[in-house]
Amino acid sequence: MVLDDLIRNPAAWLSSDNLTGIVVSSRIRLARNIEGLAFPGWAGDDECARIQARVWIVLKGIQRLAPSLALDMASLTPVDREFLSERHLISQELAQKSHGSGVVIRSDEGLSVMVNEEDHLRLQALRPGLQLEALWAEINALDSELEQHVRFAFSPSLGYLTACPTNVGTGLRASAMLHVPGLRLINEIDPIIKGLTKIGLAVRGLQGEGTEAIGNMFQISNQTTLGESESVIIDRLIRIVSEVAQHEANARARLLETREAYVEDFVGRAYGVLCYANVLNSRETLDMLSALRLGCELGMITGIKVADVNRLLLYTLPGHLQKTEGRLIPPDERDHVRARLVRETVRRASI
Amino acid sequence: MLCECCQHHEATIHLTQMVDGQSRELHLCEECAEESGMNVQSVMSIPEILFGMGGGGNSAKETDQVSRKSCPYCHMRDCDFRKTARLGCPRCYEAFSRELAPMLAGMHKGIRHLGKNPDYLRENLEKASRCEALRKQLEEAIQSEKFEEAASLRDLIREAENGPG
Repeated sequence: MVLDDLIRNPAAWLSSDNLTGIVVSSRIRLARNIEGLAFPGWAGDDECARIQARVWIVLKGIQRLAPSLALDMASLTPVDREFLSERHLISQELAQKSHGSGVVIRSDEGLSVMVNEEDHLRLQALRPGLQLEALWAEINALDSELEQHVRFAFSPSLGYLTACPTNVGTGLRASAMLHVPGLRLINEIDPIIKGLTKIGLAVRGLQGEGTEAIGNMFQISNQTTLGESESVIIDRLIRIVSEVAQHEANARARLLETREAYVEDFVGRAYGVLCYANVLNSRETLDMLSALRLGCELGMITGIKVADVNRLLLYTLPGHLQKTEGRLIPPDERDHVRARLVRETVRRASI
Repeated sequence: MLCECCQHHEATIHLTQMVDGQSRELHLCEECAEESGMNVQSVMSIPEILFGMGGGGNSAKETDQVSRKSCPYCHMRDCDFRKTARLGCPRCYEAFSRELAPMLAGMHKGIRHLGKNPDYLRENLEKASRCEALRKQLEEAIQSEKFEEAASLRDLIREAENGPG
């Protein structure tokens, strides 16, 4: 398996039509470090390379990761990095690294391990929809399998020791990505984000940057890792994410009841732009596709599925666009290519 | 609060200036602060602020002692940590335990790990918590003068400490 095989696969967290909805996808990551070794940011380049070589051998023998693709950051082009980061397989931080770091990805992309990012190992599991319990079971099993081969830095009082004290303890970050166009239309996104922040949860945008909900998507995740068990952290997140999803469902129902024509107009305009535009930038595409996704879910748009829209959301991002075309494309030209790609799919739909 | 200079961006830098013996507060956004020649990077970072508060004292002498500290295993100094907000190695948690304690208490829900334990430690930890519970019972038995119960509890503790698992 090579990197280019991934482009032909739909990413695990976007692939299912039945599972993905208001909660688009879920993710859990675990931060782990090898006992007795300096953290990647403090270890020199040579030591990082030695750590990577050692971890590589271990990861190759892990049943739960097979069949896998092992990528050395030094061998990746800027477009490869952008592509992997858009797919949520590597972080922005790893994308900027070179020798001595890398990523091992299971072929279905549901499970992966970043090596020498901020910590020696960052285990990551991704699934469509709200599946945090299943993700925890999966990543916990991977962690236990790894434990048979490496001894992780651990203290009985502080738990798993991490480079940044914000991750110490469980080393766990669980998150869910939500699509909330209904809340946007009734202007309730900001108070909800404020409320979530107040109860100690982090809210970020689609690619993890800022808090702006581009494409009406945002991620909710836990911020604290010490003083609670994994299941307490995950149960609370599930409860809160379900509540926000219920708010979104209520917002949609209310909109259909009181302002149906307005919603139809919102979806219809997006459909028009996506069908006939010749130039589409990333930002506009995400916003328009969000409206189209809402239209599909409300049954206003037929002929294409939510999974098709999810696929477009991913494949119109700059890294995916250039990887699909197999060449470097300057930003202006990208907007043309993006508009063409969108048209091909959206013209199959009817309103 | 808006920046006093541009009245446009949110003020994130709050300063108290002493002019002619009078104190004056100044609220600026990062850009305006930088424009007015202030080195924004030199303004204390969060770990710096927290580290400054660490150890329960702020006297100059104590701060001096803290700033000379380094991890005996990886040689990271506390000033390195202040800059990057990242530790050098797992042993740094012991080396800087005093400085880290208030920081961890401030950023997390508790100060003790309550999550998963590695398999290789689980047995030992279970044994330790079993012994601790028995010791507590033993103390109670002695206090209420139930000496027979205390004797058998002592045997149980001995077994738990030496026995398998």
